[in-house]
Amino acid sequence: MATKKFMFVNRKAPYGSVYALEALEVVLISAAFEQDVSLAFIDDGVYQITKGQNTDAIGQKNFSNTFKALGDYEINKLYVEKESLEERGLTQDDLMDLVWEDEDDDWAEKPSIIMVNRSEMADVMAEQEVTLSF
Amino acid sequence: MAMLHIVNKSPFEKVSFRSCLNHARAGDSILMIEDAAVGALDGTSFSDKLKTAMADKSVYVLGGDLTARGLSEDRMIDGVKAIDYAGFVDLTVENETTQSWL
Repeated sequence: MATKKFMFVNRKAPYGSVYALEALEVVLISAAFEQDVSLAFIDDGVYQITKGQNTDAIGQKNFSNTFKALGDYEINKLYVEKESLEERGLTQDDLMDLVWEDEDDDWAEKPSIIMVNRSEMADVMAEQEVTLSF
Repeated sequence: MAMLHIVNKSPFEKVSFRSCLNHARAGDSILMIEDAAVGALDGTSFSDKLKTAMADKSVYVLGGDLTARGLSEDRMIDGVKAIDYAGFVDLTVENETTQSWL
């Protein structure tokens, strides 16, 4: 099967609606089809990958740890927009430390998060063959 | 007639929070729940708007919705009060009416 460049655009905060969780489900399915997958986190989507999420008080499943498994499925291009963080009073330090292991480099751990500005994000989006927005 | 305004949408995504602030009156209370909880943080593009409203209104947030999104209470705007579901119930009792800004 031909490999295409897929991008999943995440624009919504987790838990308030089902979009974030559903997007993650589709991302994992796409990995099974060995596509070239990228994720974009813009607008409120940046809240999906904050560290220290604790959902005990709201009675919902905390699915943030699933993002840590994406590297094992060779999903290692997570583009995060700087402006979206800044508008929300956040920095990269507020995000989970998401990594993948490079089998071509003695399984060295490498960062999956790629910080980009708005115009760079537009460039990455323009390179994609299939874009799915959540 | 004090009113409790309940907001559940992020101020960065929808205008419902801004519309609430534009319509709430002095002495009213505003409660942020679900995705609106992210509005409680200081140092955002929205925080000045909320601070202005706090001059004559009380502002609350459901603490559980804040921590679910990885945000700690010590980063909230000074004066915002974090409450739990029991506190939510108290607010509905203390105010004559409520309005949900969906």
